[in-house]
Amino acid sequence: MEVRLEHLTKIFPSRDKKGSEVVAVNDFDFTIPEGKLIGLLGPSGCGKSTVLYMICGLEMPTSGKIYFGEDDVTDVPSEKRGAGLVFQNYALYPHLTVRQNITFPLENLKGDEKLTKEQRNQKALEAAKLVQIEGLMDRKPGEMSGGQQQRVAIARALVKMPKVLLMDEPLSNLDARLRLQTREEIRRIQKATGITTIFVTHDQEEAMSISDMIVVMKDGIFQQMDAPQKVYDDPVNLFVAKFLGTPAINVFEAEVKDKKLYIGEDMVMDKVNVKDGPVWCGIRPEGFILDEEGALHCSLTGVDVMGRDTSIVSTNPKMTGLNIRSIISAEDLKLTSKDSVRFNIKRTKTLLFDKETEARVYYD
Amino acid sequence: MTKSGVKREGIMGTLSGWLYLAPALAFLIFFMVYPLIDVFIYSFEEGYNSASQTYFGIGGYNYSYVLRDPYFLQAVKNTFILVIFTVPISTILALLISLALNSIEKLKKLFQTIYFLPYVTNTLAVGLVFMILFRKTPYTDGLINMMIKALGMTTVDFIEGPYWAKMLVLCVYVIWIVMPFKILILTSALASVNPVYYKAARIDGASKTRIFFKITLPMISPMIFYLVITGFIGAFKAYSDAVAIFGVDLNAAGMNTMVGYVYDMLYGDGGGYPSYASAAAIILFAIVLTITVINLIVSKKTAPKG
Amino acid sequence: MPKNQDIIKLERTAKTKSAIFKTLMYIFLAFWGVVVLFPFYWMVLSSIKSYASYMGERLPKFVATDPTFENYINAFTQVPLAKYFLNTLIFTLITTALMMLVIVFAAYAFARLDFKGKSLLFVGFLALMMIPNELVIITNFVTITNMNLRNTFLGLILPSVTSVFYIYLLKENFEQVPDELYYAAKVDGTSDLKYLFKVMIPVCRPTIITVIILKVIECWNSYVWPRLITDDANYFLVSNGIQEIRENGFGRDNIPAMMAAVVAVSLPLIILFLIFRNKIMEGVSREGTKG
Repeated sequence: MEVRLEHLTKIFPSRDKKGSEVVAVNDFDFTIPEGKLIGLLGPSGCGKSTVLYMICGLEMPTSGKIYFGEDDVTDVPSEKRGAGLVFQNYALYPHLTVRQNITFPLENLKGDEKLTKEQRNQKALEAAKLVQIEGLMDRKPGEMSGGQQQRVAIARALVKMPKVLLMDEPLSNLDARLRLQTREEIRRIQKATGITTIFVTHDQEEAMSISDMIVVMKDGIFQQMDAPQKVYDDPVNLFVAKFLGTPAINVFEAEVKDKKLYIGEDMVMDKVNVKDGPVWCGIRPEGFILDEEGALHCSLTGVDVMGRDTSIVSTNPKMTGLNIRSIISAEDLKLTSKDSVRFNIKRTKTLLFDKETEARVYYD
Repeated sequence: MTKSGVKREGIMGTLSGWLYLAPALAFLIFFMVYPLIDVFIYSFEEGYNSASQTYFGIGGYNYSYVLRDPYFLQAVKNTFILVIFTVPISTILALLISLALNSIEKLKKLFQTIYFLPYVTNTLAVGLVFMILFRKTPYTDGLINMMIKALGMTTVDFIEGPYWAKMLVLCVYVIWIVMPFKILILTSALASVNPVYYKAARIDGASKTRIFFKITLPMISPMIFYLVITGFIGAFKAYSDAVAIFGVDLNAAGMNTMVGYVYDMLYGDGGGYPSYASAAAIILFAIVLTITVINLIVSKKTAPKG
Repeated sequence: MPKNQDIIKLERTAKTKSAIFKTLMYIFLAFWGVVVLFPFYWMVLSSIKSYASYMGERLPKFVATDPTFENYINAFTQVPLAKYFLNTLIFTLITTALMMLVIVFAAYAFARLDFKGKSLLFVGFLALMMIPNELVIITNFVTITNMNLRNTFLGLILPSVTSVFYIYLLKENFEQVPDELYYAAKVDGTSDLKYLFKVMIPVCRPTIITVIILKVIECWNSYVWPRLITDDANYFLVSNGIQEIRENGFGRDNIPAMMAAVVAVSLPLIILFLIFRNKIMEGVSREGTKG
């Protein structure tokens, strides 16, 4: 089912009388296409969970509307909205077995939807099979690993065939290996069921790998919504550019003079079609080409060999962060000096941003 | 994530919240809040007649009557003696027992279980046993007097005899009754002292007594103060212990307590005077409040800093 | 080497010392154990002595030479002990059940629901915890008397069906249940009431059982209020019953029969205690550490 948010806003009143109110979600206005997995990405505390809670009805929006398909569900209470929710800490009922946990949502169905006990158990078994925990049906949550518990939580959310599946940092409590495994599992299950899914995370790598589309938000404000690669290649502003990619994008203070881009004294790129003045220049780590005659002069700090690739760590006075991290494929690695290094930069991997607004400046 | 959680804003949420609370609120308002206000009103209504529910005037007569009533003065004296003896003795004894319990491993659970038994027993029922153990009748001296005799001292009737003897039994019984709670609290307080401190102190070569006074005691002092404060409050409210040993007519036995005086004023042979009862109850709680406040100040002053 | 032997000697004295210390500890603890248990022993012992042999002992004997159950029969036939038991049972069950209903809802409202005036109300509740029963009992006595509820179960029960402290205890426990469980249940289509009964109460079962047991003990032993509100022996609870038996029970000073009644009254709670030992002690120590 398609999920449409219309000018969705949530304002929390201040805790004490003096404090100012907090705008947790500010004017969200976008549509999540049916059957897609959307990664809602942003730093901790930026309002991601609030968006999720509004969609499932646990929080009431201050203003704006939420549509499931054509239905306005803004005022529909959460128990009637038909969303499925998966939590970071699983939130399984500790006193119930896996089977009872999964059938729990089904027991709340009323009227025409009411199911017999056999039907409920049958559905629970199907859901359990989908997440591959059918062998653990009589265990209690306390007797299972975190990964298994999260699978049960997913099965519980899926069993009533929700209109939309919401996942609130579902992998954060798992260890690294399980996280990877469960991530692929979630992708598989989502594909198999075709349920529109919103996946909240602060881990950009997680969002990139799992999502059909990524929504980036910051301080309650919507930033960008696009396919993962598009968000990476074509961020709308400096924040999005910095938030995605490991190692992070290298940001320089640069200047455009006469359609030429300067980092300090070095002219690194020409045919830059913007008006003269200072800009932020972001260069992705893979955007550097090692060249003895290269335009950008840097001082060499070190070389991290990572097998397939090599990361050259260097510094430049105009670089905003600590070090420049550039990734060079191992066979191209020819360093001639011990303390300096020169690069040419790739045009496609170089992004310019307005010095004041930090919005993207297109130069072609 | 918001910590406040799910907000069910609006009238519906408020309505359902108050609905869940309604039964508790109704009972509390009717049986606690209203009576609390009423008791003050009663205490100032002079010459209240419970049959006609009328009174002559407003004033402090009830208080002056109670304060001049020899039965009340006797009850105050009894209560103070009871408090002064039972609170320190029971607290120190409980501390010693808890320390001893903490130093052993075998049979610890068994001892703890046994020591807790008086807590779950009926005060009135077991008081009867104490009475039988201590009393002297024409037929028999009773067990305690038999032991006193064996030690070569003169026997005494602890139940209907001299005042000090009666007070002694009452104190013994009250201590016996309050010990379980104190032992339980102190044992768990002692058990919750992090053993790291003991290890550190032993490595530093501190002696057992030093460890006790420098580490154990300061660590559990909040609990001791708590026990002293609740002990004072509890002892000031002693009543059924006295009834259990001396019977319902405590005034006749000269062993009434302040709470006993309140109830006797309210009901029974000398009863029917809720105004006097209210005045006495308020005097009692003025005393309890004062002593609690003093206790709190003392405990604040002596509590270890940081 | 002499030095080595010194150390061995030192260790040996330390060992003896600690052995003596341990022994002293056990003697001390055993002594207090005797002090605690002796009254129980004495009441059981006296209850199985026949009236004749009890009265015949100028010096009390520590064993029963002719154990008899006659006193127990007397206790249940000559005085209405069975009636007292039944009354206490009815009183305890109804009071506890009603109280649980009232306090579970109240605790749930405080712990889980959001409504206007909640925090202020809770402060008011906490303040009520400081109010001693002795202050409010006077008006309650007058109220119940005026309502013509003396010598009725209703009059006995009504003032004790709420406990601010137990509401507080349950509320604290309810609050430890993670919020997410509530959210999950909401999204799964559960109403507040259903969540309370299907999730909250089962998850908090240990505390709820503890509260029930503590309340049962309190009810079984309650004396002051029943004494004020009942003067018809048909409504006496066991505490008053014992007092009644003592004042004008078995006609003569029949101590063995009296002791049989005392044993009968004490036994149910002792059994309850032995079954739920850990729960009771845990609950009481929680009560102690609340401050």
